[in-house]
Amino acid sequence: MGERLYLHRHSLVHSLPSHLKIIAAIAFILVVVSTPITQWGAFIAYFLWILTVVSIAKIPFPLLFKRALIEIPFIFFAVLMPFFGSGEKIQVGPFDLYREGVIAGSGIVAKGTLGVMTAIILSTSTTAREILRGLERLRLPILMVQIASFMLRYVNVVNDEMERMKVARESRGFEATGVKHWKVLATAAGALFIRSYERGERVHLSMLSRGYEGVLPHEEQAKHTTTVWIKAMMYPLVAVAIFVIQLLIGKI
Amino acid sequence: MNMPSLEIKELAFAYPDGNQALYGVNLSIQKGERVALLGPNGAGKTTLVMHMNGIHPTSHGSIHVAGQLVDSKNKESIKQIRSKVGIVFQDPDDQLFMPTVGEDVAFGPYNMGLRDAELSKVVDEALELVGMSEFKDRPPHHLSFGQRRRVAVATVLAMKPEILILDEPSSNLDPASRRELADILRSLDITIVMVTHDLPYAFELCERSVILSGGIIVADNDTKVILKDQGLLKSHRLELPVGFNLV
Repeated sequence: MGERLYLHRHSLVHSLPSHLKIIAAIAFILVVVSTPITQWGAFIAYFLWILTVVSIAKIPFPLLFKRALIEIPFIFFAVLMPFFGSGEKIQVGPFDLYREGVIAGSGIVAKGTLGVMTAIILSTSTTAREILRGLERLRLPILMVQIASFMLRYVNVVNDEMERMKVARESRGFEATGVKHWKVLATAAGALFIRSYERGERVHLSMLSRGYEGVLPHEEQAKHTTTVWIKAMMYPLVAVAIFVIQLLIGKI
Repeated sequence: MNMPSLEIKELAFAYPDGNQALYGVNLSIQKGERVALLGPNGAGKTTLVMHMNGIHPTSHGSIHVAGQLVDSKNKESIKQIRSKVGIVFQDPDDQLFMPTVGEDVAFGPYNMGLRDAELSKVVDEALELVGMSEFKDRPPHHLSFGQRRRVAVATVLAMKPEILILDEPSSNLDPASRRELADILRSLDITIVMVTHDLPYAFELCERSVILSGGIIVADNDTKVILKDQGLLKSHRLELPVGFNLV
């Protein structure tokens, strides 16, 4: 856990510094979100551009689509939107749909998918550790970065502990099948919480013993050349270009 | 100047709930000595260790590390004390909390103010001492337990301490890791206090042993002499493993 999203490859996308990738991803999403869904040509172009970047990053397409499934619970209601509402109706195949619902729903689905895919490119090409470093360089409050990096370090430890407790329960003939077992599970969760809390105290002691005074070591910042910046910013810039071109076409 | 690495005088301590853990401990350890601190569970070993670097404030008695008083109220001096007293905790997962081995080893020296080339030099040296150089960029949870224990030792060695304190160094180690750690500890030119109830390990590594029981030092002698005294061991809930004979 923790590092399982990262896919090790040697590509341009992998080699870019993480904070630039984060900026590029956010900028790209902003451009996408500000594009009206009625400019559907632009969305097709965005989608093609994402697929291009995915292939530059050497991420297998099946992996991309598999991970994109995570958005399904979120777009569930968007898919329902065309069926409920009021106003003008349009006929699509056997369905009688509300026009506004179709526009709003497809907007959420399209923008959501593009956003999720961008996040997948970022998380597949950057280790969790690197993303945290990037956020630190982007001046996210140091406390938040520290909390996240401790979480990253201890998620495996706590997970293993949880797994051992589960095995120990099952070895004594326990199997959680229904509501009546929740009490046991709740007690186990409580025990796990106390153990993690105590571990936190021991970690803090060991940090104090090594002279901790509230600041974690951080890397000195390397300066990045303009070329690296330009390469990273290609991601949102191409989207901007698509947007502008689409606008111009619309005007003609 | 021949100052003892550690000098504890009349150290007593009671927890806030009134539970008295230490009743006047006296202990002096010379530079370069390797001493085993033996004692049953609940004897006050960990409490004693937590006093040595000022995590528990000294309420009665005094502790000097290389001549310097451990005074938890004096922030500047406590910082120096903590760089002189290196504690290796029992569970390496408590000690290794940074994302990579190298960063964790750098944590202590960084807090002492080292940066850049100097910092990476002490990190490399410390990892070299425990034979873990090639694991520098690996996350700690990918290492075996024995490897993590060795890295935990390195995190403390990187601070160039006067005295190295190990809490149950042999616990949970397989025989080979146990021997490897012993080889490493023997190769270090440093004062060592080893808190343990692994008597054969104490015999292997330390020429001197002290028994802490019921909050006081009840025995302080050659490890061999102490381990041969069956009556003494028994009365403090310590036992040699079955079949173990001192040669």
